[in-house]
Amino acid sequence: ADSDGGSEELVLTPAQLIRSLEQAWLNEKFAPELLESKPEIIECVVEQLDHMEANLKRAKKGDLKVSVHHMEIERIRYVLSSYLRCRLVKIEKFFPHVLEKEKSRAEGEPSILSPEEFAFAKEYMANTETYLKNVALKHMPPNLQKVSLLKSVPKPNLDSFVFLRVLERQENILVEPETDEQREYTIDLEEGSQHLIRYKTIAPLVASGAVQLI
Amino acid sequence: RQALEEMRALYERNQADVSEAKSGRTDLIFLIRFRHCCLLRNQRCVVAYLYDRLLRIRALRWEYGSVLPNAIQFHMSAEEVEWFSRYKKSLATYMRSVGGEEGLDLTQDIKPPKSLYIEVRCLKDYGEFEIDDGTTVLLKKNSQHFLPRWKCEQLIRQGVLEHVLS
Repeated sequence: ADSDGGSEELVLTPAQLIRSLEQAWLNEKFAPELLESKPEIIECVVEQLDHMEANLKRAKKGDLKVSVHHMEIERIRYVLSSYLRCRLVKIEKFFPHVLEKEKSRAEGEPSILSPEEFAFAKEYMANTETYLKNVALKHMPPNLQKVSLLKSVPKPNLDSFVFLRVLERQENILVEPETDEQREYTIDLEEGSQHLIRYKTIAPLVASGAVQLI
Repeated sequence: RQALEEMRALYERNQADVSEAKSGRTDLIFLIRFRHCCLLRNQRCVVAYLYDRLLRIRALRWEYGSVLPNAIQFHMSAEEVEWFSRYKKSLATYMRSVGGEEGLDLTQDIKPPKSLYIEVRCLKDYGEFEIDDGTTVLLKKNSQHFLPRWKCEQLIRQGVLEHVLS
């Protein structure tokens, strides 16, 4: 890590950057809710792609390296697109909840939406609300002209099970009982071990990077 | 529309009963509650139906691109067309904001890339098609070409080209 005066800037090698992207991509893919936005990773990856494309343009045509690099660019672009698409799908699917969560976020808490995603989510909500109002709601009896989208649109299912690999050893993770007969118990997560567990139990560990969803 | 009519009729009947109930006839409360439940259910059904249509229209943007075929547009109401156009714009603004100068077209690269070039067969007459290095290819029905994958993606989705797997 490089520190620059007061700011903290992590300098990653391209390989580490791509690995961060892939980790963020897999986590986002398998998590039932929208995860923290990672603008730094996205920005760096885009820069990296531009850099690689510029290199490609300057290279000799017909050189074997050109194909390999081109392929690499395509792969990275795919992962980035897939990651952003996955987020958009979740934003659209849970839009009232996502917006509510962002609006009620405390000052120091990390954001789950980038500013652009926030704008997109707001537009999506306004667009849909206007549509429903104009097509149906305004024709309904006066006491039924409002619909609470927050109540009607389903929330993400945080109880769904996910597979994970442990990156940093964790001790005493509290697991809540599923049935009334069970009691809550604690488990230790060994580094390198793999588990199938309820998302809700390990959600903070995904955010901190202690586990990787697979 | 029928559902709306039914709702209006039910509401009017309920209104009459509400004013009656206010004047002290408590035995009508159950009927009023029942009608209110029907109204709520109707509201939910109408909203669910409309929202489901919106989701399908949204899927069209991702499958067909920003210009919808006429046959599909014919089935959409004016408000749905408006919703689609606003959604398109919102998505375009977002895509432009990501990724450098030109933005990142998220409707491309839907599948992981297996190779740089692919063999495609033309299913309909499309005309001239320009590739990156300036050369143009004439896409006539049944002609086969070896083209860069990323250029073909949209045309494959639109049904103009077909990926030939040997």
